[in-house]
Amino acid sequence: MSGSTTRNFKSNAARELANDTLRAALTKSKGHFTEGRSTAAENLPEFEALRDQSRDIKNHTIEHLDFYLEAYEEKVRESGGHVHWARTAEDARQIVLEICRSVDAKAVNKGKSMISEECEINEMLEANGIRAVETDLGEYIIQLRGEKPSHIIAPAVHLTKGQVEESFRANHTHLDPDRVLEEPPTLLDEARTILRKKYFEAEVGMTGANLLIAETGSSVIVTNEGNGDLSQLIPKVHIVLASVEKIVPTLEDAATILRVLARSATGQEFSSYTTLSTGPKREGDTDGPEQYHVILLDNGRTDMIGTEFQEMLRCIRCGACMNHCPVYQSVGGHAYGWVYPGPMGSVLSPGLLGVDEAGHLPNASTFCGRCEEVCPVRIPLPKMMRNWREQEFEKHLSPGAARAGLGLWAFMAKRPKLYQLVTGVQMRLLARLGRAQGRVSSLPLARGWTKYRELPAPEGRTFQSRWKSGERPL
Amino acid sequence: MSEAPRVALFVTCLVDLFRPSVGFAAVKLMQDAGCTVEVPEAQTCCGQPAYNSGDRKDTIAIAKQVIAAFEGYDHVVAPSGSCAGMIMKHYPELLADDPDWASRATDLAGRTHELVSFLTDVLKVENVAAAFEGTVTYHDSCSGLRELGIHGQPRQLLDGVEGLHLRELEDANVCCGFGGTFCVKYPDISNRMVSNKTEQIVATGAETLLAGDMGCLMNMAGKLQREGANVRVRHVAEVLAGMTDTPAIGEPSDGSASS
Repeated sequence: MSGSTTRNFKSNAARELANDTLRAALTKSKGHFTEGRSTAAENLPEFEALRDQSRDIKNHTIEHLDFYLEAYEEKVRESGGHVHWARTAEDARQIVLEICRSVDAKAVNKGKSMISEECEINEMLEANGIRAVETDLGEYIIQLRGEKPSHIIAPAVHLTKGQVEESFRANHTHLDPDRVLEEPPTLLDEARTILRKKYFEAEVGMTGANLLIAETGSSVIVTNEGNGDLSQLIPKVHIVLASVEKIVPTLEDAATILRVLARSATGQEFSSYTTLSTGPKREGDTDGPEQYHVILLDNGRTDMIGTEFQEMLRCIRCGACMNHCPVYQSVGGHAYGWVYPGPMGSVLSPGLLGVDEAGHLPNASTFCGRCEEVCPVRIPLPKMMRNWREQEFEKHLSPGAARAGLGLWAFMAKRPKLYQLVTGVQMRLLARLGRAQGRVSSLPLARGWTKYRELPAPEGRTFQSRWKSGERPL
Repeated sequence: MSEAPRVALFVTCLVDLFRPSVGFAAVKLMQDAGCTVEVPEAQTCCGQPAYNSGDRKDTIAIAKQVIAAFEGYDHVVAPSGSCAGMIMKHYPELLADDPDWASRATDLAGRTHELVSFLTDVLKVENVAAAFEGTVTYHDSCSGLRELGIHGQPRQLLDGVEGLHLRELEDANVCCGFGGTFCVKYPDISNRMVSNKTEQIVATGAETLLAGDMGCLMNMAGKLQREGANVRVRHVAEVLAGMTDTPAIGEPSDGSASS
């Protein structure tokens, strides 16, 4: 897949760790997300029950995915819309391009969509002379800067407001250079003023979908800026680009999931806007698109069904896992090297790109378990990261030196007598080495450790040898 | 209890190799609470290094060895939430499809406990006879906290230690960056995580940091010492057992502070 640098995760991470501005930005956002979520969860007595229900709804739907997708397609057709099936990202790009060409589109207004990132829709549009206009504030900012999103719901979370101001001044050169642009509301106002005009220029509006509802043939988006509504209502064509696992059976099911989505994501009870679209403008409607297209993307997802990774398809893309992940909070989203960062990306990306490409991601976890603890649909993310490590190990993809070290250790660990003999000698040597200081500052075979920290020296003889000699606590 | 419960100590590889004092502290705490404590010989490690590296075959071999070595005891206790969690939560999963071993794994899981929660929840210890002068802070290690739900138990027992004042650590529930092999596979990331942690430890003003897992303790102690911070680091069992005459983790035997 083009555009992925997940193989370079280690060097990506080193680069991001050296970025103090990133650190400032992440420090600022962290408490906002984690405290927001925990307060929202505490304030809703049935929150844990809703998590169970959401998990069950998604499990049921994935077990009957074909049935619900066909039911959904039927309903979309009944409401006058079109459904397109895209097996790959390339299929999705072709379908988008054909629809744009059919109305001779010069510009496409876009609501925030990670599936659009996955399919690299903007790059395709630009290559075909069609302007892609991101209308979500965060997406707009990173588009100006030529960057990729670093978070699935807060694409510009890696930036400080100073950096945003800088980008606005550099790009909005027709505005008064002496204007005050310090606080987020002034930045938002400026983006809004500029984008407002563009809404009326595009022939096509494109959004993702947080949910697709089989019962009604509706797509649902949640936003806080209302940009999605304008993107999809004003142009004459609305394209919904969504992946197949976004489907839920009924409106009631959608309501259940929406109750955990915003609470998990931002700590809001509900997003400012929750918008359902069902088909094109009907006779008598005052506004709405003339054409309504839904592109259903697979791109490797259905291959995960029936495997140990099936549960990943429950993901509702709230971002809570990355908001609570100490690794993500250290390196930021760009280090992960592809569309989906953080714990959900560490499980999903190897599924979509292959474990040979994205193998670093499931390894870069301490299995601290915070992601699973906050996941609104209870995806066992650490367990699935371990499953990827097992696949890597079985395919001999893990590094040779690490395998050799592990092999030697396992050989010993399976032979207690030998183990105790060898470790007994090792510990006494190490204890002698660290006797003066109580610790060792540099050790050839432990550079990964001693590069950044002291190695506490062993006390001397091992516990087992002392116990066997008859030593007992006083 | 009419007869003293027969407890096997799963000492854990890091306590066995680096900090035997914790093993003796664990034995003392359990003996004081009326247990007979034994240390089965055929123990090495719980298998997490293999398990977390994707080496399922060796993990299963080690799990079977542990199951066999610890059969027949009333309880099996480890001074670590991580190793206890491995036996309690992961052995049954690993051996679920093995007809010869599934029930033995479940049986061991049901008899296994992390030390501090064993004292409070099983032995119903409400107070330990220990004294420790000074302000301490406490880090909740991830596996103990999230796999086993250990949070209140160490605080409850520390509250009864004479002279001890506990000052809570900000983000006490956030990983310290150890993660077993993670800290040497991704040293740069681990370093950021442990640096965040030591910054918050120092900010508490506590003289001593306590936790219930040697891996996390060695990681945090090693970082605090590299930074020259004047914070001593001990396993919570040492304080609860009143066995704090030994130098703190990574400190020389003359007891002089690092900075």
